[in-house]
Amino acid sequence: MQLNGSQIIAEILVEQGVDTVFGYPGGSVLNIYDALYDYRDKIQHVLTAHEQGASHAADGYARATGKTGVVIATSGPGSTNIVTGLATAYMDSVPVVAITGNVSTNQIGKDSFQEVFTGGITMSVTKHNTVVRKIEDLAPTLRRAFEIAQEGRKGPVLVDVPKNITAAVTEFTPMEVKAKEPVKGTYPNLEEVADLINRAHRPMMYFGGGVRLSGCAEEVRELVAKADIPAAHTMMAAGVLSYGERNDLGMIGMHGSYASNRAASEADIIVAIGTRFSDRVALNPKEFGAQGRIIHIDIDASEIDKNVKSYCSVIGDAKDVLQQLLPMIHAADHAQWHEEIDKWKSMDYYPEDSSTEILPHQVIGMICDKGGEDAYIVTDVGQHQMWAAQYLRRLPSGHFLSSGGLGTMGYGYGAAIGCKMGIRNDSPVFHITSDGSFHMNMNEACTAVSYNVPVITVILNNQVLGMVRQWQTVFYNKHYMATQPERKTDYVKVAEGFGAKGFHCETLAEFEAALDEALKQTGPVWIECRIDREQRVLPMIPAGGTVEDIMLD
Amino acid sequence: MQRYYISVIVDDHEGVLARIASLFTQRGFNIDSITASETEAPELTRITLATTGERERIEQMMKQIRKLEETRVLFLLDPDESVMRELLLIKIRCDESNRSALREIVEIYRAQIIDLSKDSMIVQVVGKPTKIDGFLNVIEDYEIIEMCRSGLTAFERGPKSFEIP
Repeated sequence: MQLNGSQIIAEILVEQGVDTVFGYPGGSVLNIYDALYDYRDKIQHVLTAHEQGASHAADGYARATGKTGVVIATSGPGSTNIVTGLATAYMDSVPVVAITGNVSTNQIGKDSFQEVFTGGITMSVTKHNTVVRKIEDLAPTLRRAFEIAQEGRKGPVLVDVPKNITAAVTEFTPMEVKAKEPVKGTYPNLEEVADLINRAHRPMMYFGGGVRLSGCAEEVRELVAKADIPAAHTMMAAGVLSYGERNDLGMIGMHGSYASNRAASEADIIVAIGTRFSDRVALNPKEFGAQGRIIHIDIDASEIDKNVKSYCSVIGDAKDVLQQLLPMIHAADHAQWHEEIDKWKSMDYYPEDSSTEILPHQVIGMICDKGGEDAYIVTDVGQHQMWAAQYLRRLPSGHFLSSGGLGTMGYGYGAAIGCKMGIRNDSPVFHITSDGSFHMNMNEACTAVSYNVPVITVILNNQVLGMVRQWQTVFYNKHYMATQPERKTDYVKVAEGFGAKGFHCETLAEFEAALDEALKQTGPVWIECRIDREQRVLPMIPAGGTVEDIMLD
Repeated sequence: MQRYYISVIVDDHEGVLARIASLFTQRGFNIDSITASETEAPELTRITLATTGERERIEQMMKQIRKLEETRVLFLLDPDESVMRELLLIKIRCDESNRSALREIVEIYRAQIIDLSKDSMIVQVVGKPTKIDGFLNVIEDYEIIEMCRSGLTAFERGPKSFEIP
């Protein structure tokens, strides 16, 4: 059938199973929006306050559902506004397809109104991008974009479509999308890997976001239990193991537990799964795991030996690799090793509860208690994010959404809205944020109100830019430059001004009451918790340091 | 640190050279030279890169290039098993007093004088990068008005060709 470019875009979105797109209209995407009008029964378009919010919403949708998130933005500022969202998705390997408009091909290169070179700008923050120059290329390019977003190591793909291409007509042939077949690879050195694990005396596992992306939390738990391997997780994989269980070492890295960082430096075998030895984990890559041999399992060959050299490696989908590895693993009991680990655990940092003051770990604990096992926790970036990751209980895979690699303040609200709109069920979605991060993109409250999205935003308000201030406290002689903004924001009034509901809490009892009330609401709620600005994220290992440099108080 | 020569066969898509160049810049790798050229297959482009660094860093860079959507094949060229050529155009200040001395050097290097004026000479040198380095070394004492090197183009000796998997 003969269709124009905009209709082709809509047809392919439907064909790819896209039920929701996030975006913002503008001159060069007007044709696309006109097609979306005709497809409004099949595709819900969610208008955000800002394209950045739309890009984070597409990301949150993708992380929560496993499907590809879609964001649409117009040329020029529309495109530049999604760059942060694309970079966020790229760093955390989130499947997103961005469709951007651009000026017509005969206007390209003439500094036309709202013209930027989106292809060039987004080249290094996408897995792939394409400028469509011919209408015949549009359908194959879009279909390929959806494939690339999901294959191998997932990531964002951008398709830039000049306005005349959205109007040009060509023959369109519908296609069926084949269901993704589970990956089955052959890994020649799996026996060696199994042997290393079976012969280890002080084994340790450290896993990351790849576990969530390949959906192998079950296999990870099985390996941990069978080989009796104490396991640490990166922030990206928080919630896979139950907080406090025997083999759970907690989070590893800069704000990880003493036990996990100590174990990494004492282990004879480190099994690293779906993780990339980032500078927040292997703070000192030369020292990380230096006592032991590292087995690195990852889907991306370029991660092997990039930051930390491994003894042996398996390149493949973590779920498939673990399924093939598990039968080769002998049941083990590392009692002696556990004794040492228990000793380190006893030396770890544990915050004490307070009955009067609101303490971050109690807030996170209460959210987990009230939210139940199916809750989604979405964070912004900073101290509150670390507290959330540290004190989170077990959650199903994909229920903890946080900007890890890029550390994008302002990620949370858009992502939480995208998450809630994607899951299409009653699981509560909590957006844990802070006064710093929330001020970046709180404008998305209007989106939550317009679409009646019951996201519960919990603002840990210490009235300072806490994480930066913490560094200034420790490393910069308490020179609090630009971190104590003296803001007078009245969150209850602002929430109400947007048409949302707001609560202000000074005590834990007030917080509990507000949370109960919030869970009954059908629209967005903000709960502001006042916390002390001297609260620090502990433990902390300075950048470049080792467990020897850990600060526990 | 050693110099490595990387051959990359890519789809002839727009921006592919920019993509590879951008990867190098982004990750802080140095490009000594880069050439992109047509191949026997119209849909493919061969990019020949010369880069200096530690082996591990070069391998990381190769893995990154391999991940690009356009990359079909990528391999390291062994200088002993490859034919490598580069072109140098150089304009040298010279007059009657030193012209014949310069001509002698040109002949030894089997280079060509392709333009001559009263007080200048343009020489073309084709050969392996080491030959061009050698030539430049020998004429060091002459005044160079301007010069340009084309960058390296190369492939492996013998009848075989790259295979697209």
